Amino acid sequence: MRLSLFAALIAVPLLLVAPFYFYSVTLMTILCFVVFACSFNLLLGYSGLLCFGHAMFFGGAAYITGHLLKTTPLSLELAILCGGIFSGLLGLVIGMLAIRRQGIQFAMITLAFSQFVYFIFLQSSFTGGEDGMQAIPRNALFGLFDVSDNSVFYYVVLAVTLVCVFVYYRIVHSPYGEVLKAVRDNQPRVESLGFDPERVKLLAFVLSATMAGIAGGMKATVYQFATLTDASWPISAEVILMTLLGGLGTLTGPIFGAGIIIMLNDYLAGFGEWALISQGVILLVVIVFFRRGFVGELDALARYLRGRRAATATIDANKPVQTV
Amino acid sequence: MFDGISTQLLLGQVLIGLINGSFYAMLSMGLVIIFGMMHVINFTHGAQYMLGAFCAWLLLNYLGIGYWPSLVLAPFAVALFGIFLERVLLRPLAGLDHLYSLLATYAVALIVEGLVRIQYGSTGLPYDNPIPGGVNLGFMFMPYYRLWVVAFSVVTCVGTWLLIDHTKLGAYLRAANENPQIVQTFGINVPKLMTLTYGFGVGLAGLCGVLAAPIYQVSPSMGSSLMIVVFAVVVIGGMGSIIGAVATGYMLGIVEGLTKVFYPEAASVVIFLFMTVALYLRPQGIFSGREAN
Repeated sequence: MRLSLFAALIAVPLLLVAPFYFYSVTLMTILCFVVFACSFNLLLGYSGLLCFGHAMFFGGAAYITGHLLKTTPLSLELAILCGGIFSGLLGLVIGMLAIRRQGIQFAMITLAFSQFVYFIFLQSSFTGGEDGMQAIPRNALFGLFDVSDNSVFYYVVLAVTLVCVFVYYRIVHSPYGEVLKAVRDNQPRVESLGFDPERVKLLAFVLSATMAGIAGGMKATVYQFATLTDASWPISAEVILMTLLGGLGTLTGPIFGAGIIIMLNDYLAGFGEWALISQGVILLVVIVFFRRGFVGELDALARYLRGRRAATATIDANKPVQTV
Repeated sequence: MFDGISTQLLLGQVLIGLINGSFYAMLSMGLVIIFGMMHVINFTHGAQYMLGAFCAWLLLNYLGIGYWPSLVLAPFAVALFGIFLERVLLRPLAGLDHLYSLLATYAVALIVEGLVRIQYGSTGLPYDNPIPGGVNLGFMFMPYYRLWVVAFSVVTCVGTWLLIDHTKLGAYLRAANENPQIVQTFGINVPKLMTLTYGFGVGLAGLCGVLAAPIYQVSPSMGSSLMIVVFAVVVIGGMGSIIGAVATGYMLGIVEGLTKVFYPEAASVVIFLFMTVALYLRPQGIFSGREAN
């Protein structure tokens, strides 16, 4: 798509200079949640699977990454990768059980499993329970480069994010991605074409879990701590909100959604409860009035304008015929 | 009975589990009724349960209206709130993917819980026990109020089941669930039936809240912490069956209580462990025979 290439050409230089103008930790938080929201959109937007407990992959990987960095000399990128792999395996186990039920039931099963995982993290000794896991070191990148400085680390996070978004883009635009969308739209038909929809969905679930894990591992290294909050239910809800606000099943939607919600949270942090209430209000407004989300509505608007221009063009073309 | 574990402790925990189970059963029954009729997973259920408790507290503290009138007034107020929600929010979303109604009810829960927290703080407010005293059962001291809760919830559950399985209104409900168009052509107002169903389910949640107020503290988060367990109960019982929801509710309450005796650390996960096994063995839910959803 030429347009997305054009957008990428504008976005990348902006992202490169961003830390000179904005607080780098906020930017890194946004990037982590961009990856997380993309992973969620792969599931809900492109496969029609509503996972209501995505935080278990995010928070779980944060703990695993943190634990590895604290207890082993493993380099940073490998630790994050291990976090992702852990989440992928967790996704495989839970997916195998949950994919047997569909729709809302799937959502509730994933919610219950995430609570299960939450309690396990609460009671295991390595996570630090209610106190969380503190002082996670940022081991040298590739065992060579020191990334303890936030303004340097930003570029590492940015690189990982770009790779993840690119992978997400490739998945969605691959033949497999097409099958995934077909399963979402008409599962019996896909089945009649000789695909096994359960396996297609399970793969999507595992891929999404892995990506959410990488996001979580990254967040643990950004903040240098991992807490129960990362694995808790409000985070699962927040990522739903980001995806829905940005636009379900759109490529760039989750990116905008994550940016808007993180900045809003940042802005409303001092107002306590109002942050949650505003999230509820935004969710309601999006559901009732803008179900296509931010990017989806813009897309529809652009298509509408293009359609009108095309329509007037055909009328113009007809004009001479009518006058003659 | 068992090595190192006294019968006293065991029976005591079974009774406590039965009380928790009473709440699980009543709440999941409301959820299943709403889901069966409208195909809406009511994420506001927890907030509505909390509102029931808060209504009772407000009635007592501002108007001096005690527990017994509250037992009728508070669920009624919560049901009215539910009917309002159904009319302005859920009905316009009815034709869409169920995901939207689910998220809309979740959004309402966030707003309601947040507003209550801003007004009354996050700490629990006490509510006086309307039936003080208790009876010595020999193995434990049983407060009368807890006995009342168990008895009341059993009566409510059986009553609701009879209403839906053995009355004309219940027959309409079940028929409208199977085929709304045909029921509509028989001159029955299906949308009104749905509104009433939602109001009824929500009222049950409110009633639960009033019952819970003297046992647990009245706090904004009392609903959300309970809801995930109740969702697990509904999943295990099978989404369509009222009997399944009620039986699973009591059963899991007791299982949870027993776990506290044998292995306290696992008490909070045992329900989810149970769910995993149930999903593996019977993915459609352990009580769903005729329901194929």
